[in-house]
Amino acid sequence: MALKTFKRGTVAPERKEATRNQAIQKSSVPEKVYLPLAEGPGEPAKPVVKKGDEVKAGQLLAEAQGNWGLPVRASISGTVEGIVERALVSGQSGKAIVIAAAGEESSPALEPLGEKIEDLDPAAIITRVQEAGILGMGGAAFPAHIKLAPPEGVTIDTVIINGAECEPYLTCDEKIMEEKPEEIVKGLQILMQATGAKEGIIGVKGHKKKALEGLEKAAEGLPAIRTCALADKYPQGAEKMLIDAILRRRVPKGGLPFQVGVVVNNVQTAVAVKEAVLDGQSLLKRVVTVTGSGVNEPKDIEVYVGTLAAEVVEMAGGLKEEAGKVVHGGPLMGISQHNLDFPLGKSTAGLLILSEEEAHLPREWECIRCARCVDNCPMFLNPISLANFSQFDRLEDMERFSIMECIECGTCSYICPAKKPLVQRIILGKGALRAAQRKNAGRD
Amino acid sequence: MQTDIFLYAVLTMGFLGAVFAAGLTIAARVFAVDTDPRVDDIEEVLPGANCGACGEPGCQSFAEGVVAGKVPVNGCPVGSADVAAQIARIMGQTEAATRERQIAHVLCRGNRENAVARSVYDGIPSCAGSQALGGGHKACPYGCLGLGDCVDICPFGAAVMGEDGLPQFDPDKCTGCGKCVEACPRNIVTLAGISKKHHIYCSAKLSAKEIRKVCSVGCIGCQRCVKACPEEAISMDGRLAVMDYEKCKNSGECVEVCPMNTIQSMEQKELVKK
Repeated sequence: MALKTFKRGTVAPERKEATRNQAIQKSSVPEKVYLPLAEGPGEPAKPVVKKGDEVKAGQLLAEAQGNWGLPVRASISGTVEGIVERALVSGQSGKAIVIAAAGEESSPALEPLGEKIEDLDPAAIITRVQEAGILGMGGAAFPAHIKLAPPEGVTIDTVIINGAECEPYLTCDEKIMEEKPEEIVKGLQILMQATGAKEGIIGVKGHKKKALEGLEKAAEGLPAIRTCALADKYPQGAEKMLIDAILRRRVPKGGLPFQVGVVVNNVQTAVAVKEAVLDGQSLLKRVVTVTGSGVNEPKDIEVYVGTLAAEVVEMAGGLKEEAGKVVHGGPLMGISQHNLDFPLGKSTAGLLILSEEEAHLPREWECIRCARCVDNCPMFLNPISLANFSQFDRLEDMERFSIMECIECGTCSYICPAKKPLVQRIILGKGALRAAQRKNAGRD
Repeated sequence: MQTDIFLYAVLTMGFLGAVFAAGLTIAARVFAVDTDPRVDDIEEVLPGANCGACGEPGCQSFAEGVVAGKVPVNGCPVGSADVAAQIARIMGQTEAATRERQIAHVLCRGNRENAVARSVYDGIPSCAGSQALGGGHKACPYGCLGLGDCVDICPFGAAVMGEDGLPQFDPDKCTGCGKCVEACPRNIVTLAGISKKHHIYCSAKLSAKEIRKVCSVGCIGCQRCVKACPEEAISMDGRLAVMDYEKCKNSGECVEVCPMNTIQSMEQKELVKK
């Protein structure tokens, strides 16, 4: 069968060999975990425990606030050491609940909703997804229950499970697909039950044969569920590109997938949904790829949410001497970090440690007007113009050229022969435009 | 034969030239627009940078505004008292209410030696870029990032990036237009009258313990300057001493008592840099 794909984009070297052929390793219980009160766009949760409280894994620590908020649950059993202001991912600081490990792992804190997926109540599933603290585990950290409850009058006909994993280096989703295909399929069935979708599709790159075969086997006898083999292109895993590739539907400008009747979820999110609904297990662990030439033993590790990055790197054999750069996420969309002193969140897909030599950025040259960035932009934007507008603070022009449509995939910076930091400037410009819009809104 | 060609060409072009000249002369007379000569006079006096600091789009519209009476004669923050006086003279006023010329100061002494960096920043060479990428590469969340957004935006060439990684403003060239104040992502550039000699070169609202970890010249909030100032010009904004330039009378007591050398006279600061 021909591989499906979207228009434009690029091909990036995969560099997944280091971790691809190893099984997922389980992490030991860390001494301490730091659980941020807010992850993703929702409001920070309101703590319901205090210093000195004994808590069990899965116990509620902070209540969700607002529609978009998610609760915080203890990822390990132990004692609450307090609520501290500390460095979180990307140099931000925020409040986090600290738990010092003590005692055994306990049974799940929530009751399973039921055994037969067909009998489950959609509303109950959505509530459970929020209760379990599930958010987009592909990296966007978008609250999962918001995706499952589109505005009234919208019909969702298809749920897509995103197994594209187009970021180089990262293999955590691939390993999950190889090791837990049944759980992914069950998760997909639950998501279809929650949204009323008739069809469920799992999108996987065509060369991930083992993952594809496993998923097809798990979906045998389920006519509503199928896999779709995708071409090896970047950014295939961006949800708009994925919908275009599989269903040939285009999400309208400024819109979300529900506007074309689709919900997209990451494979790990699907597993988390299955565990929350059928097993009563909250989202307490996730698989993270720790890789790159700066780390001794690259591997995929199932870590407890809130473990410090430094500890996770130790589990992967520690840093090599030549380590020079820490990236949270993959090399194309990930964000460089100041150090390893931050807890891993539910949306951390990878920790990439590059050597000092690799970390060095090339010199920026003049634009030679080759228009490769324009030809390759998967969102059909004009990156070089947007970057120039951003550099010279031309807010109106940025808006006119639809800067907010940029999905920050980094294809433009990657293919630019003049090595211009295009996506970096566009991201700055988006921030400047948002700030200006907020300022204007405040004035009116 | 040859001479004829030249003659015809010269005559034709000459004739055409004469016709157009006549046409233009008549048009200039008939369609002449009456402009106030004072607009041109004022524009000549103005700095001509079109910086927009006055609130008008440029120097010409400022001049038109003055003539129309919409803008005060001393409305140009960039021009010195001299400029305001000249505009006043053009407008027939005897005296312009002048105000002191303002110059920019970066309220941070955390140069490469004094302040601790938490990582190496290798991205877009702009402070806004570093600030957006995880809140800046300096350990102090308030300190100068030293990538020169204020230098880049200065329309008068008054700011230069010093070798120590802190921008320096030339008091002679700085006009107080305030573009750098807006450009700084950390909001640590401020304007003060040129006569003010002493400044609190720190913007960090951190506790003494926190500041000692990240900077050797940061304000620790000991309040000695607050007590020492005879004019009560210094107050505490949380843990940070802040100068009220309206009240400051240049007594210099604060410079004497500051244990961290955060408060400096301008001359002294220059000396430290050299």
